[in-house]
Amino acid sequence: MSLSAHSVSQPLGVHAEHIAFIWHAMLGACGLMYALLLGFLVMTLLRQHRSAPAGVELEKRIERTLILWVGLIVVGLCGLTLASFLTDRALVRAASEPQIALRVIGHQWWWQVEYVDADNSQNVRTANEIHLPVGAQVHIALSSDDVIHSFWVPNLNGKRDLIPGRSTEIRLQPLTTGRFRGFCAEFCGVQHAYMQFEVIVESAQEFAAWKARQLAGAVTPTDPLRQAGRDVFERAACPLCHAIAGTNAAASTGPDLSHFASRRLLAAGALTNTRDHLRAWLQNPQRVKPGNHMPVVDLPGRDMTALVAYLGSLQ
Amino acid sequence: MCSRCRVLSAAIVLLALAGCQREKRHFEAPPGTDFPPTQVTMSPLVTGVSATAFREQQTHIYEDNAYHLSEGKRLFSWFNCAGCHGHGGGNIGPALMDEEWIYGGDIDAIYLTIAQGRPNGMPAFAGRIPAQQIWQLAAYVRSLGGHGPKAARPSRDDHIQIPAEQGRRDEPVVPAPADPSQ
Repeated sequence: MSLSAHSVSQPLGVHAEHIAFIWHAMLGACGLMYALLLGFLVMTLLRQHRSAPAGVELEKRIERTLILWVGLIVVGLCGLTLASFLTDRALVRAASEPQIALRVIGHQWWWQVEYVDADNSQNVRTANEIHLPVGAQVHIALSSDDVIHSFWVPNLNGKRDLIPGRSTEIRLQPLTTGRFRGFCAEFCGVQHAYMQFEVIVESAQEFAAWKARQLAGAVTPTDPLRQAGRDVFERAACPLCHAIAGTNAAASTGPDLSHFASRRLLAAGALTNTRDHLRAWLQNPQRVKPGNHMPVVDLPGRDMTALVAYLGSLQ
Repeated sequence: MCSRCRVLSAAIVLLALAGCQREKRHFEAPPGTDFPPTQVTMSPLVTGVSATAFREQQTHIYEDNAYHLSEGKRLFSWFNCAGCHGHGGGNIGPALMDEEWIYGGDIDAIYLTIAQGRPNGMPAFAGRIPAQQIWQLAAYVRSLGGHGPKAARPSRDDHIQIPAEQGRRDEPVVPAPADPSQ
């Protein structure tokens, strides 16, 4: 699945389509008026040598032109206001009966994603990745753990701020499958640029399969190296911030790692999730993403190899 | 303004600007600042020689630095220190904002208390969290009692501040006017 170009003018969701329509309408109307204005300016420059009418005749002509011009402006502004009003209504109506409910919590500098179900056992927790079935109406409750962030997937909808102490919401309805990039759109500290996520829109079957895999719990290692890696994970500093289902690690200040290897990105978009990158990240997170809240944990090389092998197996 | 005054004031502004120094944020612990203390005197009753130079170095690096203090504050809530110590006022665990220290109140003594754990409930964090984070926590714990420069100390948490409408303190108590007939 290829990554789509992140652009507001390439709408791939219902909301983004409405927004793109009003954007193009405004561009068209304003562009037309600008072209007319420049046209008249050029015309006056070219006409200056010709003999112009004077007196009453001139007054009349000016009056007629002005009435026409003002009329054009009034009609244009009314049209734009109406279009904006209709777009607003359409945006409110779109995805008003959500089929999927999500909670997204902004942290410095990553996204906590939780699928909320009436049945608690169906809840899924992941990070920096949102999987959605194509065409589904999605409701996302947004909140922040620390400072103001902003949730933005240009292909699907506009921006919405995440404000500490308040809850905001955004709705999505993706129309095509694909991988869409998402960003934090409000400066939130030194690693604001690496507070990215991906929205993966897939067919209903693929989504169901993904959710079933997420619900299944973490993979239990069978070979000695990965078992050693799990022991390192449980023994070292990791469980104080992270969780892996089925181990004694259940903290929630850092991203949930139960299905870590199934994610394409590492450290909220700072790296792609490969073995080499993972090793570099674990050896010194502060060199990869300076200022982030993951500390440098000193591990002997053998332990590091085991840990990388274990985390890399958590599909 | 006379030209001499102008030159003088410009010189003063330049001198003042030269005094500005941006605080360094050590995302990685500078060498020699992220290992545990070796010898610590916890109370004057216990004999022992404290490594004063190391203590002073750690106090300077962690306690005089707003970044380390704010990191310590974040970790204080992440590792649920408030669960026992309250927000410094104490609850199940002892208060941290007074000057009574059972196991010593210097930054290296607090480091060891966090690292080794103490009887009656204080868990040991050595090996669980990196040394730099323990130093940050120790510095924050000391800042609760008012140690360290005021400019570097984090302010109280939003949620333990009294909302303006509940406890208005901005109206001074005005004494009753003196009776002119007396």
